[in-house]
Amino acid sequence: MAENHREGEAAKTFDVRILRQAGPGQASYWERHRVSYEPDMNVISVLQKIAAHPRTADGQDVTPVAWDCNCLEEVCGSCTMVINGRVRQACSALVDRLLEQHPDEIELRPASTFPVVRDLVVDRGRLFQALKKVTAWVAVDGYYDRGEGPPQSQEEQEQLYPLSHCMSCGCCLEACPQYARVELTRGVDESPEEFVQRQAETYDRLFLGPHAISQVILFNSHPTGRHMSSLRLDALIAEGGIQLCGNAQNCVAVCPKDIPLTTSIARAGRAATVHALRKWFDV
Amino acid sequence: MARQRVMVVGGGLAGLSAAMKLAELGIDVDVMSLTPVKRSHSVCAQGGINSCSDQTRQAGDSEWKHFDDTVYGGDFLQHQPPVKEMAYWAPKIINLMDRLGVTFNRTTEGFIDRRRFGGTLYKRTAFAGATTGQQLLYALDEQVRRWEVAGKVRKYEHWDFLGPVLDNHGVCRGCVGQDLVSMEIRAFPADAVLIASGGCGLLYGRSTNSVMCTGSAVSRCFQAGAKYANGEFIQVHPTAVPGADKLRLMSESARGEGGRVWVPRTPQDPRNPRDIPESERYYFLEERYPQYGNLVPRDIATREIFDICINEGLSVEKGRQCVYLDLTHIPRQELDRKLGGILEIYEKFQGVDPRVTPMKIFPAVHYSMGGLWVDYDRTADGGLRSASPTNMVTNLPGLYALGECNYQYHGANRLGANSLLSCIFDGLFAAPGLEVWLSSRATAAAEAPASLFESEVRRQQACQQELIRRPAGGENPYLLHQTLGEVMTKAATVVRRNPQLRDALREVEELAARAKRCALADTGQWTNQNLVFTRALLDMFPLAQTILRGALARDECRGAHYKPEFAMPHLTGETTAQRRAEADAWCTRFDENNRRWLKSTVAVWQPREESVQLSYEDVDTSLIPPRPRLYGLVGAALIEEVWNQRVTAQLARVP
Ligand SMILES: Cc1cc2nc3c(=O)[nH]c(=O)nc-3n(C[C@H](O)[C@H](O)[C@H](O)COP(=O)(O)OP(=O)(O)OC[C@H]3O[C@@H](n4cnc5c(N)ncnc54)[C@H](O)[C@@H]3O)c2cc1C
Ligand code: SF4
Ligand code: SF4
Ligand code: FES
Repeated sequence: MAENHREGEAAKTFDVRILRQAGPGQASYWERHRVSYEPDMNVISVLQKIAAHPRTADGQDVTPVAWDCNCLEEVCGSCTMVINGRVRQACSALVDRLLEQHPDEIELRPASTFPVVRDLVVDRGRLFQALKKVTAWVAVDGYYDRGEGPPQSQEEQEQLYPLSHCMSCGCCLEACPQYARVELTRGVDESPEEFVQRQAETYDRLFLGPHAISQVILFNSHPTGRHMSSLRLDALIAEGGIQLCGNAQNCVAVCPKDIPLTTSIARAGRAATVHALRKWFDV
Repeated sequence: MARQRVMVVGGGLAGLSAAMKLAELGIDVDVMSLTPVKRSHSVCAQGGINSCSDQTRQAGDSEWKHFDDTVYGGDFLQHQPPVKEMAYWAPKIINLMDRLGVTFNRTTEGFIDRRRFGGTLYKRTAFAGATTGQQLLYALDEQVRRWEVAGKVRKYEHWDFLGPVLDNHGVCRGCVGQDLVSMEIRAFPADAVLIASGGCGLLYGRSTNSVMCTGSAVSRCFQAGAKYANGEFIQVHPTAVPGADKLRLMSESARGEGGRVWVPRTPQDPRNPRDIPESERYYFLEERYPQYGNLVPRDIATREIFDICINEGLSVEKGRQCVYLDLTHIPRQELDRKLGGILEIYEKFQGVDPRVTPMKIFPAVHYSMGGLWVDYDRTADGGLRSASPTNMVTNLPGLYALGECNYQYHGANRLGANSLLSCIFDGLFAAPGLEVWLSSRATAAAEAPASLFESEVRRQQACQQELIRRPAGGENPYLLHQTLGEVMTKAATVVRRNPQLRDALREVEELAARAKRCALADTGQWTNQNLVFTRALLDMFPLAQTILRGALARDECRGAHYKPEFAMPHLTGETTAQRRAEADAWCTRFDENNRRWLKSTVAVWQPREESVQLSYEDVDTSLIPPRPRLYGLVGAALIEEVWNQRVTAQLARVP
């Protein structure tokens, strides 16, 4: 692209190589598309162009590429994918920058740690299941009017606020060496409900992931959330808990929301140890 | 009776607050959403949520004043009882969200901090940095997850609502949806269906909305017989950052925290904005509206920016329309604490640090004041009767509308930070009424004849088959969408003119006809996004027609709907006597105009003609009599004086 640009050719183009897969259990394959360059593009607008004209670089008509997105401003967490080898949000991946790093071509792959639904769409249900496992909510009495919440210092707010930005995008999980992919398929004589149940039980035994550990710190630091601390710490020391974290710190490096994951993990680790010891002496 | 269930379509603030409140009341709830609910569009809201507070009260504020600002800002086009009820609930809603763990910004002592938003003189707006919507949505998402674990809520995420199921009395008995992964179409019997599907910004192609804001769910209800009201009132937000795929919002909070809008007095001054001295900058909002300054209501700020660029040629850039939104005089630390979220968006997407260089912004389509028509149950003192199933119900019994797709609260123009409030209010307030509705039903939807649901599922399957079987090489849905967006943006945004609206209507009808020949590039039965998009596009046309017809018919200026041909004049007379006579004529004209146009537009879809029929409904203005909205008009003080004399005289005549 950069070359073309300098030569001032009429049609500036660049290539996009996409790892496609028609559905679960199917073989994946690379497909190359040629896209005409416009200023201010990001990977979503590239995919929109491809959707409007689904034709490969060598002129073959194909089905449009499937992908997830919604907000287009990096707050909803939908559009996670691996772009030029790095897991990130597609909406904030600006084409100009990508071509600076890697002229002529952009490479798109689905996150590999989640089962592929189709093309760049993956099933991130496991990530939400972990939020259930760690009781990631404040257990208020109810939704009737009971006046203000507990007062909070600016300092407390400034600690909680960044943690509550986790948009469940899953970048940290893609980067984490301990978060291995599992792909379950529905059995022939299994109802959808039974399948969902089996998925949940399986996920609960596997590593819950840095995003969920950080949510434990968020809710255990909240003046009311704190009341359920020990339940959350139970989840942290159960099967699939924090003991699996190898402290590789890959997660924090890729989080688009700059969530201090390793700080959370360190705090959670200490709290979990104390909690385990206390349990040990209680019995 | 079999167990009853409620289906909530949409998992933004409105849908989730309804789901959690219904679950608390012991009702079983299904939530259907295109995206995982945590990724709903509400996550984008930046600036904050309004209520009067103990602090503003001491400066003279009250729930009543919040109510008054809302109807005044909305140019009196809303029935007042729902607005009043909402304003009185607002402080309680913020307290509840606080208890749920929303990380609102704090004062030094630990109270919830507030900022000022447009259209008010009080600092009413509670905020969590510049990501208030995200924080509110997460708190509700967490509560709904809690109810999911408790077995009261079932989620159907990645499902598309295809339409309500009506029995032969026209009562809503459930809906049909499609799994976006497996493409399975199935019916969901439900004893009430709540539509909380948000706005329809995608009708305009690019807007500040998320890509799921197609209005499809609303349009499907509209086409099934639900009325749609005030469609022509579309809010264009004054400050957004133009982008290839989206117009990214720069929240009003940027101005609430002291941001100033200006252009160089010399057109397209090539100097670095920071090198342009104060005397050569035109702070046009501050000069034209000394009282509200940069915080005039949105419709006015938008028109002024438009005017500065288009009519006065003072755009900052040559080939592109934009003005400066300047925060560079505010200390960096304060900016990061209060506006971090939006400044990061600007930096990330524009590659420029707005703490150092003024941002370049231009208006963008943002919010639909119009939505599904709903009813309300008025109490003698002008509020809403609680636990009444009449509140928020559409004209189809059992079908309700909540959140942005409920037309009720914002009239002709929404005030900033009032939408998050109306969404949460809707969910919380509707739930007890639904409990009463459910207990009044003789049979559960689950016991309704299976044929009712089967025939609707078959109809939807047939529609889908028809789409899939269309011959290849037909119209391209993505390109048609782009054209639709261009037509709508040109004709039905900031300045509206009848000839343009007429052309646009014709063009939209042509596009709708062409869309019938759309061919799918993907005819498969697995995660077929092409199909889902094309179907949403087809459903955009009825709403686009509703907006255009409503705008064409309404020959006046009100809030976001501005037709220069019908603008009220400034007072230009040379002598006081002349001006007084003009003011008198002005007031007479204002009065007459209200008699003709202070009415909600109510649209009904006519399936056979594939067109929209409009009628008009009187507005309940019994609590606060309409008064002229005079922001920035030359002669405003005199008009106000004459108007007040008239009102006093009128009151004196009433025995
Ligand atoms: C950028 C931006 C900033 C804003 N900032 C503020 C602010 O600071 N303060 C304020 O008060 N307001 C603000 N607003 C307005 C406010 O955010 C919205 O009006 C509000 O969030 C709408 O919430 P909702 O619950 O009605 O719908 P949404 O949050 O839009 O959710 C709609 C839901 O419906 C679902 N849905 C839609 N169609 C279908 C279908 N066919 N089938 C199934 N499900 C469907 C979606 O998946 C989603 O779950 C802002 C808006 C924007 C665009
Ligand atoms: S620090 Fe722990 S959670 Fe983070 S990447 Fe490493 S192993 Fe995974
Ligand atoms: S912690 Fe960061 S990377 Fe991980 S899911 Fe949350 S936002 Fe995404
Ligand atoms: S589309 Fe929401 S994060 Fe990218």
